[in-house]
Amino acid sequence: MASREEILAALRAAAPPAEPLPSAPAGARTRYGDPVARLAEAVQAVGGALVRAPTPLDLARETAELAARLGARQVVSEVPEAGAGTLRLAEVADPHDLAGVDLAVLPGAFAVAETGAVWVAAGQLRHRGVFVVAEHLALVVRAGAVVNDMHEAYARLRFGGPGFGVFIAGPSKTADIEQALVIGAHGPRSCTVLVTG
Amino acid sequence: MREGHAERAARFAADEGRARWHDGALWAVRQKRDRLAEELPEWEELRERAAQIKAHTRARLADYLEEFEREATARGAVVHWARDAEEHNRIVHQILALKAIRRLVKSKSMLTEECGLNAFLEARGIEVVDTDLGERIVQLAGEPPSHIVLPAIHKRREEVGALFHRTLGTEAGLSDPTALTAAARRHLRERFLRAEAGLTGVNFAVAETGGVVVCTNEGNADMGTSFPRIHIACMGVEKVVPRLEDLGVLVRLLARSATGQPITTYTSHFHGPLPGGELHVVIVDNGRARLLADPAFRGALACIRCGACMNTCPVFRRSGGHSYGFTIPGPIGSVLAPAWDPLAHTSLPFASSLCGSCDDVCPVRIPLHDLLLERRRQLVAGPGSISPGKRLAMLLLGLALRSRARYQASGWLLRFALRHLPRWLLYGPWNPWGRQRELPPAPPATFREAWRARQGQGRKGGGGG
Amino acid sequence: MRVALFIPCYVDQLYPGVGLATARVLERLGCEVVYPEDQTCCGQPMANAGFAAQAAPLARRFLDVFSGFEAVVCPSGSCTSMVRNHYHGLLAGDPRYGAVRAATYELCEFVADVLGVERLPGRFRRRVGLHQSCHGLRELRLAAGSERRVAPFDKVASLLRSLEGLELVSLSRPDECCGFGGTFAVAEEAVSCLMGRDRIADHLRAGAEVVTGTDVSCLMHLGGLARRAGAPLAFLHVAEVMAEAMG
Repeated sequence: MASREEILAALRAAAPPAEPLPSAPAGARTRYGDPVARLAEAVQAVGGALVRAPTPLDLARETAELAARLGARQVVSEVPEAGAGTLRLAEVADPHDLAGVDLAVLPGAFAVAETGAVWVAAGQLRHRGVFVVAEHLALVVRAGAVVNDMHEAYARLRFGGPGFGVFIAGPSKTADIEQALVIGAHGPRSCTVLVTG
Repeated sequence: MREGHAERAARFAADEGRARWHDGALWAVRQKRDRLAEELPEWEELRERAAQIKAHTRARLADYLEEFEREATARGAVVHWARDAEEHNRIVHQILALKAIRRLVKSKSMLTEECGLNAFLEARGIEVVDTDLGERIVQLAGEPPSHIVLPAIHKRREEVGALFHRTLGTEAGLSDPTALTAAARRHLRERFLRAEAGLTGVNFAVAETGGVVVCTNEGNADMGTSFPRIHIACMGVEKVVPRLEDLGVLVRLLARSATGQPITTYTSHFHGPLPGGELHVVIVDNGRARLLADPAFRGALACIRCGACMNTCPVFRRSGGHSYGFTIPGPIGSVLAPAWDPLAHTSLPFASSLCGSCDDVCPVRIPLHDLLLERRRQLVAGPGSISPGKRLAMLLLGLALRSRARYQASGWLLRFALRHLPRWLLYGPWNPWGRQRELPPAPPATFREAWRARQGQGRKGGGGG
Repeated sequence: MRVALFIPCYVDQLYPGVGLATARVLERLGCEVVYPEDQTCCGQPMANAGFAAQAAPLARRFLDVFSGFEAVVCPSGSCTSMVRNHYHGLLAGDPRYGAVRAATYELCEFVADVLGVERLPGRFRRRVGLHQSCHGLRELRLAAGSERRVAPFDKVASLLRSLEGLELVSLSRPDECCGFGGTFAVAEEAVSCLMGRDRIADHLRAGAEVVTGTDVSCLMHLGGLARRAGAPLAFLHVAEVMAEAMG
């Protein structure tokens, strides 16, 4: 392809002298004494809520209460301990049919105390768009899987093959009209992080 | 000379109420940035690291792009290369035309603004819906964005309300942002669900893993790429970073600098397409290799498009993004614009008081105000761009200042004029200083004369008077 | 210590009092002050407008005039920065530059860093608004600045606060540019004046009686706006404040 070769050649011809690549700090800079407590603050700061659900019984109960509070009729749950939900993703052929989902309960691989973000390997779900199309979102993450900062977070990620993953920090939001913060732009209007263990 | 920033800015600033409101809105964003930066003791170190990552990458851009292409292709993406805007537009169109796609949704991409993609596709019968709320607002209004992160920052809620009433059928007089956003949510949800392809920009392209990273607060990039099966991701060559671990530095800086948030709501990492779908990555040069070859300005390629320089710039805040007349406004825009069109943007390097605030908020430490000064030097050294009147004035001023005698004579003339010319003459229309300001006083003696008198009286140290 | 005064061209011509005050302050602090009469201008007005060719002869002249002095002190952050930060491109490797650069100081940084003065003897019982001139702040680093996350310091404010009775008012935007910017003041007159009037409003809201700063150019612009508007503010360079206080 002529364009490819031309661009690469132009970039090589234009290349400035080499500069070293700095190494990221090994491990986190900040080590929080209580990462889950810090995570709770951070989740709240981004417009979400954090709820402790140490045992599977707690998790099932908190999820049911959340669904009831939200008046959620159609619930997708990809976390068996949280409940079965009313709709199984595996049974949905077309992701467009997810447009009516009130609450999606998804597993978070880990969470980041610094930013309040939860890593969701949504590419492993049958329909990855469920995390953004649902009216409300609940993310389940283990207390032992809360890392300190984004450096630690990226150290945990691998993308050996095709896949999709997303850091989710709170509900969808915008401030595009006069910088007034509005929760629930296109994605979920609430985000609850359920911390187990 | 043709109209430039100064004329457009003067019009914007003439409506002082609006200018102050715009200034206040952006200053608030700057303050949010300050609060978030304050939370990280290592903030300045992060900035330095980010600058180093970008400098290192620039020196090996071709190698990293080839690695990115290899890794992305191995994960099922198709990588395209576009020399210029025209080729970029044709490639995007071809991908869509091949599948007879007529409905495209887009999340924010300044690159596609630069290439004029929307108009190109619309002329060929493709409906392009910008899905970032701010971008949708300006799209419906038929305007370009006025800020790269906050596209509709120049619009008051009443104006958005009137626009939505006209275009979306919301009730007349509705101006509450929550209600207007809810209306946009409904309107755009429909577009997302019937879209046949989704196009996104790329915040970072990771060479090590072949992934593209897209950051949004609204979730529109994810809505746009999880339902249609075709995802087109457009990136400038400078968006590539070497490793995943480099994202740790850059992601920590981006949202804090842009909007004063620790991270955007969604930081999506795309490695290959949806199962059964397609991911096309379009890598675009469009003048970037030429900029890389320029030792004076190649540092501007470090830009991660956060907009912090715009928020901190006292001139941008009081003149608005549209007064720059370039895809990217503000300090970074004024540095980049002459690289794209040297003749069209000669006023931009002068749309600055060189206060240097932009340098200090830039997360990748681009020395913006030094680059603006260098742009001025190059404009002066080159033919044509500076008015003959200004050249003559500078020449005469330089000559006057080079000799003690000429300097003193000129100074005496100036003070004489200030003291003796009638007010109507001093403050005539020829004197832009005097429009809103009094001229400085004209002391009868200069410092030199006063000093001589003082020394002549035998004063050597101390004493009052 | 023997100090050569570097008096900006517009101070020499329009604000000689600032030069005299600078000399008085330095003498009261024990310096022997001399004024090399051949100086004219550092070249900043030309250089900032991009006219390097017109500025270069002035840079060479500066070295002719000031070479050999152990300290060159200037009541202007922007002129000092011109010499320390912007002369290298104009002087094509002149061997005298290194020494002159190392010897050139703005007044407050000289008093604080070279003379090591922490407290100025004197009284100035007024409410004072400190305008942070941009070149002094961000090029000479006379203070930390609001943008960077560094340990706070402010060489100018520290000296002013040390004067008995001086109250530094709290501005809502402590280091926003006044809008002078050299040729910017006339080329972009509308925005320049809007910026200046916003600064004045900030000082008035904060209760300032006197506005001070390290650069007369800023004060000339703000003072011009204030006088036209009839705003009840006095404008004094920091040297004038210090000289008045120290007597």
